[in-house]
Amino acid sequence: MPFAIPNYNVAIPEMFVLGMACLVLIVDLFLTERSRTVTYLLSQATMVGAAVLTLTTYSQEVVLAFSGTFVRDAMGDVLKAFIYLSAFIVFLYAKPYLQARKLFKGEFYVLGLFGVLGMMVLVSAHSLLTVYLGLELLALSLYAMVALQRDSIFASESAMKYFILGALASGMLLYGMSMLYGATGSLDLGEISREVATTKMELVMVFGLVFIVVGLAFKLGAVPFHMWMPDVYQGAPTAVTLYIASAPKIAAFAMVIRLLNDGLYGLHMHWQDMLVILAILSMAVGNIFAIAQFNLKRMLAYSTIAHMGYLLLGILTGSGDGYAAAMFYTLSYALMSLGGFGMIILLSRAGFEADRLDDFKGLNERSPWYAFMMLILMFSMAGVPPFLGFWAKVSVLRELIHVDMTWLAIVAVVFSIIGAFYYLRIVKLMYFDKAEDNSEIKQDLDLHVALSANSLGILVLGIMPGPLMALCASAIGVM
Amino acid sequence: MGFEQFVFYVFAGLLLFAGAMVITVRNPVHAAMFLVMTFFTSAGLWLMLEAEFLAITLVLVYVGAVMVLFLFVVMMLDINLVPLREGFMRYLPVGILVALAMIIMMGLVVGPEFGAHPVPERHGPDYNNTAELGSILYTVYVYPFELAAVILVVAIIAAISLTLRRRPLVKHQDPDAQIAIRKQDRLRIVKMDSEKK
Repeated sequence: MPFAIPNYNVAIPEMFVLGMACLVLIVDLFLTERSRTVTYLLSQATMVGAAVLTLTTYSQEVVLAFSGTFVRDAMGDVLKAFIYLSAFIVFLYAKPYLQARKLFKGEFYVLGLFGVLGMMVLVSAHSLLTVYLGLELLALSLYAMVALQRDSIFASESAMKYFILGALASGMLLYGMSMLYGATGSLDLGEISREVATTKMELVMVFGLVFIVVGLAFKLGAVPFHMWMPDVYQGAPTAVTLYIASAPKIAAFAMVIRLLNDGLYGLHMHWQDMLVILAILSMAVGNIFAIAQFNLKRMLAYSTIAHMGYLLLGILTGSGDGYAAAMFYTLSYALMSLGGFGMIILLSRAGFEADRLDDFKGLNERSPWYAFMMLILMFSMAGVPPFLGFWAKVSVLRELIHVDMTWLAIVAVVFSIIGAFYYLRIVKLMYFDKAEDNSEIKQDLDLHVALSANSLGILVLGIMPGPLMALCASAIGVM
Repeated sequence: MGFEQFVFYVFAGLLLFAGAMVITVRNPVHAAMFLVMTFFTSAGLWLMLEAEFLAITLVLVYVGAVMVLFLFVVMMLDINLVPLREGFMRYLPVGILVALAMIIMMGLVVGPEFGAHPVPERHGPDYNNTAELGSILYTVYVYPFELAAVILVVAIIAAISLTLRRRPLVKHQDPDAQIAIRKQDRLRIVKMDSEKK
């Protein structure tokens, strides 16, 4: 059988991250408790190194490697760069939180790095096999990270829920994939998309598509497959919630694009209707249920569900511009989510989680600066101009109108206005209520700097959204 | 009937016998042992189908690892099987329905093409099934294969980090400290005046 040596060059970032994850695993064994910071620094160096390796070899051409199971393209590179950035910020924010709770162990970073590897595989997947393997690698790391705080009943419970529902979702996805394989006889996404165009077995494919969409919706957390999200977000240690809520959503976006666009674009008619239902339900349930929450982590979970609804709006248009808008939305969401959970970590200390809405009462008296930062984040999530979240929503809605789905855009705007209530309630708590707890905010300098930069970044990107939008458009445009 | 057919019928007969015994014997350890026997005989059948690698893996993994673990569980948990066997008659109709449905489905899948396929060609003695599998696994599928390995590493890390736990209250011996002990660590010589009568 003729066999060409694969083009290893395109996968150098993946190999680097894998090598470093193994190195961190071994180095961590020989470290004492006091020198654990080395693990942290090595993890951060991995993210920086991977970013350098990815960005220096960035090109607009599409390269297939490893017998067509791996694809390197501009969209993948941009998404990977943002995954590194998210993971870097997560590791940075998580450090004081973990240290205060005796969770500052090598496993968090090793599993975090393997999770990043899983996301990279997912982003670059060009075969049903690699989609599934990347997804499992990511999910397995996440389950273990949620359960890391073993003495907490909540963490164990949410890890259990996450694991069981995640396994169920993977099963659904695999079932759909097996249908597709049965109908097309191939695992390769390019091959599948050619088969879809000329198929006579449309019924089998649509049947498989339903299960694939269910699996994707589970992973994204779209209604009615969202039940795990609030429990996991609330139960997991905030540092892990931070991780789950940011980078994996970028990878999930890539997974949706790879499967539905690269593989099954021929069935766009069918999956568009499914995504419309998922999007409307997500926006409705996410925005309305969030109003009833008293726990900020839980509220942000419902807010994530709503955001996933808006994200699906961009994807369901099925146009390149729509994908670009959805990508812009995902990246903005990741940045806002990092900031939101970062604020919870900032206010927390050993034995105090700061995850109730009441913990933000009177933040303006305690620290006007961070009250302002939180204001930026909340306004941005609510979609108030001139913050980043506004442009994300505008671009998605504009693409909806371009494909003559104005009614859906109107529905989205209505739910967005309902959603503004609970974001603004936090602003009201911070500025107009008396503080219950007047203790000083004591955290490391790097957390202060990074969190401020994160929030101000959202403000700056909101004033000048052009470059990021252009980046998304160019990354998608060459697909 | 050639020798090969004879071997096939011996293995197939033993397989059916052992399979039936697994679900009928009362003693769970015996059932596990009969399950080992079904694995061995099906491995024999696979060998005859020129799938040596799968046959050997079946013996190594299922007999060597899975069944040993299974026996451990059976022996340690001391499961009382009597309640498990209750209601056999009650579930029998449902069981028969499921079995019938499966037989019909198998018939639908296999039926029309039964015997329609040509007999696969026999490979010569120089044909190596394991090498063939390896050469495709390490070339065309090298990327998914390595990823599967990484997933196993993550599984190991997760399992260890979730179960390995140091309990400070548990009393245990530390031979290292016991050997390294010096006289002055434990023995204190107290100088005192001798007692007067």
